[in-house]
Amino acid sequence: MAMADMRPPIESGCPDGFQYMHPTMRRNFGLWKYHTDPRPGVLCHVAKSGEKIFTVKAGTQRILDVFTLRKLTKIGDEYADGFIRFTIRSNIEFYVTEEAKVEPLIKALEDEGFVVGGTKNSVTTLSHTQGWLHCDIPGTDASGVVKSMMDELIDEFKNWNMPNRVHMTTSCCQINCGGQGDIAINVQHTKPPKIDHTQVANVCERPSVVARCPVAAIRPAMVDGQPSLEVDEKKCICCGACFPPCPPMMINDAEHSKLAVWIGGNHSNARGKPTFQKLVASGIPNNPPRWPEAGAIVKQILKCYKEDARDWERVGEWVERIGWPRFFELTGLPFTKYHIDNWRGARASLNASTHIRF
Amino acid sequence: MAAKKIYETPMLDVLEEGPWPSFISGIKALRDNHENQFINDVTSSLLGQLEHSYETRKGYWKGGTVSVFGYGGGIIPRFSEVADAFPESKEFHTLRVQPTPGNYYTTDMLNQLADSWEKYGSGLQTFHGQTGNIMFIGTTTENTQTFFDEINEYGWDLGGAGPCVRTAMSCVGAARCEMSCTNEHAAQRWLVNNFTDDVHRPALPYKFKFKISGCPNDCQNAIERSDFAVIGTWRDDMKVNQKEFMEYVKTKGRQYIIDNVITRCPTQALALGDDDTIQVDNRNCVRCMHCINVMPKALGVGDDKGVTILIGGKRTLKIGDLMGTVVVPFRKLDTREDYEEMVELAEEIIDFWAENGLEHERCGEMIERIGLVNFLEGIDVEVDPNMVNNTRQSSYVRMDGWDDEAVKWFERKAEA
Repeated sequence: MAMADMRPPIESGCPDGFQYMHPTMRRNFGLWKYHTDPRPGVLCHVAKSGEKIFTVKAGTQRILDVFTLRKLTKIGDEYADGFIRFTIRSNIEFYVTEEAKVEPLIKALEDEGFVVGGTKNSVTTLSHTQGWLHCDIPGTDASGVVKSMMDELIDEFKNWNMPNRVHMTTSCCQINCGGQGDIAINVQHTKPPKIDHTQVANVCERPSVVARCPVAAIRPAMVDGQPSLEVDEKKCICCGACFPPCPPMMINDAEHSKLAVWIGGNHSNARGKPTFQKLVASGIPNNPPRWPEAGAIVKQILKCYKEDARDWERVGEWVERIGWPRFFELTGLPFTKYHIDNWRGARASLNASTHIRF
Repeated sequence: MAAKKIYETPMLDVLEEGPWPSFISGIKALRDNHENQFINDVTSSLLGQLEHSYETRKGYWKGGTVSVFGYGGGIIPRFSEVADAFPESKEFHTLRVQPTPGNYYTTDMLNQLADSWEKYGSGLQTFHGQTGNIMFIGTTTENTQTFFDEINEYGWDLGGAGPCVRTAMSCVGAARCEMSCTNEHAAQRWLVNNFTDDVHRPALPYKFKFKISGCPNDCQNAIERSDFAVIGTWRDDMKVNQKEFMEYVKTKGRQYIIDNVITRCPTQALALGDDDTIQVDNRNCVRCMHCINVMPKALGVGDDKGVTILIGGKRTLKIGDLMGTVVVPFRKLDTREDYEEMVELAEEIIDFWAENGLEHERCGEMIERIGLVNFLEGIDVEVDPNMVNNTRQSSYVRMDGWDDEAVKWFERKAEA
C-alpha cells in the first residue's frame, strides 16, 4: 500500500473512564463514605448520599479467549448492571446496586466456572507475565504456573483464612515484570549464558550488550575469527540481562534455569513503609506442567504464615516480628550463604546488633 | 470450523484439570469452535508451539520491528523461531492498547472490542499486562494495522513499548473507594496524555511510567513500579466518628482494638480512652492508612486532600529494585493550574532525564548515579526533610556552601 493511502492515527491516548463507569459511581465520585465486606469476594460501598454499590470480584484465567470474555459480558448484562472493571491482578469486578442481585450474580459466575473471592484477607490471583506463550526471553511459563498454583490455593482465594491479604506474583525472568509480592515465584538462572558465536556479530549491537551487564562481565572478543562477545564466568551473576538485547547470549537452560521463591514484598504504606521481597528458597526445578516443587514450598510458607502471624500482619511483617531464624525453623527451609546479600547497599541488611532470639 | 492441523498436547492437557479456570481450555475452544478459520489455525499452531516449550523448557519467540503507520511503538512483535513446525503462528504480534484510568468498561464496549479482535486477531486477550495495557495477543503484521485502524476509530489508542513514556495506571479510585484522596482519572489523563508523542515514538533513554494511587495503601503499586508515582493523601486531621468507634469497641472488644489498631500505629499516634473513644495525635500521624483500613466506618481520610509525588521506582534491571523517592511531599491537585503545574514537573523530569540519563538507564538509576541533590537542582525543586529517612551519616562531604544553604532554608520558611 502506498504511504498516501495509509490512515493517520488519531492520537487520542488514554480514554476517558467516566463514559464506561456505573452511573452510581459517576454520581458519587469522590463522595464515598465507608465500605463493608458482606462475604468473601463481595464489597459494599456506601456513599454520603446513602446510595450503595455492591462489587462482586471473580478470578479468571487472565489469558482470555473471546468466548470466555463474552461469557463474562453476558453475565454482566444478565445478572449485573452492564459495567465492569479489571483489578491490577486481572480479577474482574461486576457492580450491582441491589443487594438481591448479589447472590444470583455469584451463582451465575460459579456456574460458568469462575471463582468468586480475592477480597480482604484472602490469597488473591497471582499477578503474572506472559511466559512461553508470548514473551521473547522467558525461562518458564506464567499462565501455567498461575493455573497450577490457583488450583491448589482456590480455597484460600474463596475464603478469609489469612492474617492479612496475600499478593502473589510470578516472573519468567529476573527482570521481574511480575513485581513485588508477599510471595513471588521467579526464574533464577544458575549458569552463565552459552554464546552462539556465529550469530553475535549479525544480530547484536555489541557495545550495548557490554553496557547492559550489571557487573561488567562481558567484553568484545574475536572468537574463531569472528567478532563476538565473551563472558568472564567468575564475575557473571547469571542474571540474563544480556539476553534481551542479544539472543545469542543463551541464558535459558532446560535444566539450570531454576525457580526461586521470595517473600515480603509489600506496596502498601500501611503500618510500615513499602518493602521489597527477600529470597527464601532457590534451586527449585522448573517443572512443567504443574511445578509441584514450587507449589509445595509456597503452600508450606502459607501454612506457617496462617498459623503463626497475627491479624493484619503481611508476610514480610510477620517475618520481621518473629525473625529470620524462626522463619527457617518453622518452614523447614534451608538457610544458605546465598541468602546473605552482597549487592550494593547489602551491609544495611546485616544484623549489626545483639538482637537475637533464643 | 476446525483447525487444519491439530497438535498433540499431553502436557498442556494437564492444565485443563483442576478447579481454577483454564487458559488452555480457552485456547482449545478457539481452535475447535470459532467460525474464523484464521483463529482455528493460529491457536492450534500456538498450542503446538507452547507444548513444545513445555516439553523442552524453552521459549521460541523472537522480537522484531512492527508498528502501525505513524507510530514507532505500541506493538510487541513476535516471530516464531520454530515456524517450520508450527507455521500458522509464525507471526504472533501483540497490540498494547491503553485502557481508561482504573480499567473501567461497559459490557457493550468489551463486546465491541471482541468483535473487532476476532475479525483481525487470534481471539486471545488479557486485561491487562503488567504495564497496564489491554493486550491483544497474536496477529499478523498486516492485521496489526487493520485492527488498530478499526478500534482507533472508536476511541482506543496504542500504549507504549520500548524506550518511551508507557501506558499509565490508576487504582479503582474515587469512583468506588472512600479512601481516595484525589481524582486519579484526571491525574492520569493530564499526565500521560500530555506525552502522547513520547508514548508513540520511543526516543527516551528507557521506559518511563506514571502510576496513580488514590491513597497511601497504594493499590496501584505506584511507589515500587513507576518512575512518577502520584499518591493521594491529606494534611488536615483524619476523620473520627466516635460513635462508630465505640461500636467497634463494643463488638470487637478492647483487646482486639488495642492489639489491632492502637498498638499497630507506626508513630504511636493513637490512644484508647477510658471512655472507649479514640484520640488521634494528628501532628504525628504519617497517613499510613492502617487504622482506617481496620475500621472504615469509624475513621476516614481528612478534607484537605492532595498528593505526594515520588520519583524513580523501578524493577530489577539493571542496578536492582528501587523504590520511588519523595520529591513533592504535598501539593494540592484541584484546579486546572494545579494539574498544569504537575504536568510541568513531569516535563522537567523527563527532559532532564532525557538529557542526562544513559542509554537504558531508568530515571531512578540516574538519580542513584548522580545523587538526589543534583537531580533536584536539575529540575529546580528545593530540598525538603520529607525526602529522607535520615540525614547524612558520612562526614566525607565538602560543605563550604553551608551558610548560603541555611539562609535559603530560612528564606523559604519565611515565605511559606
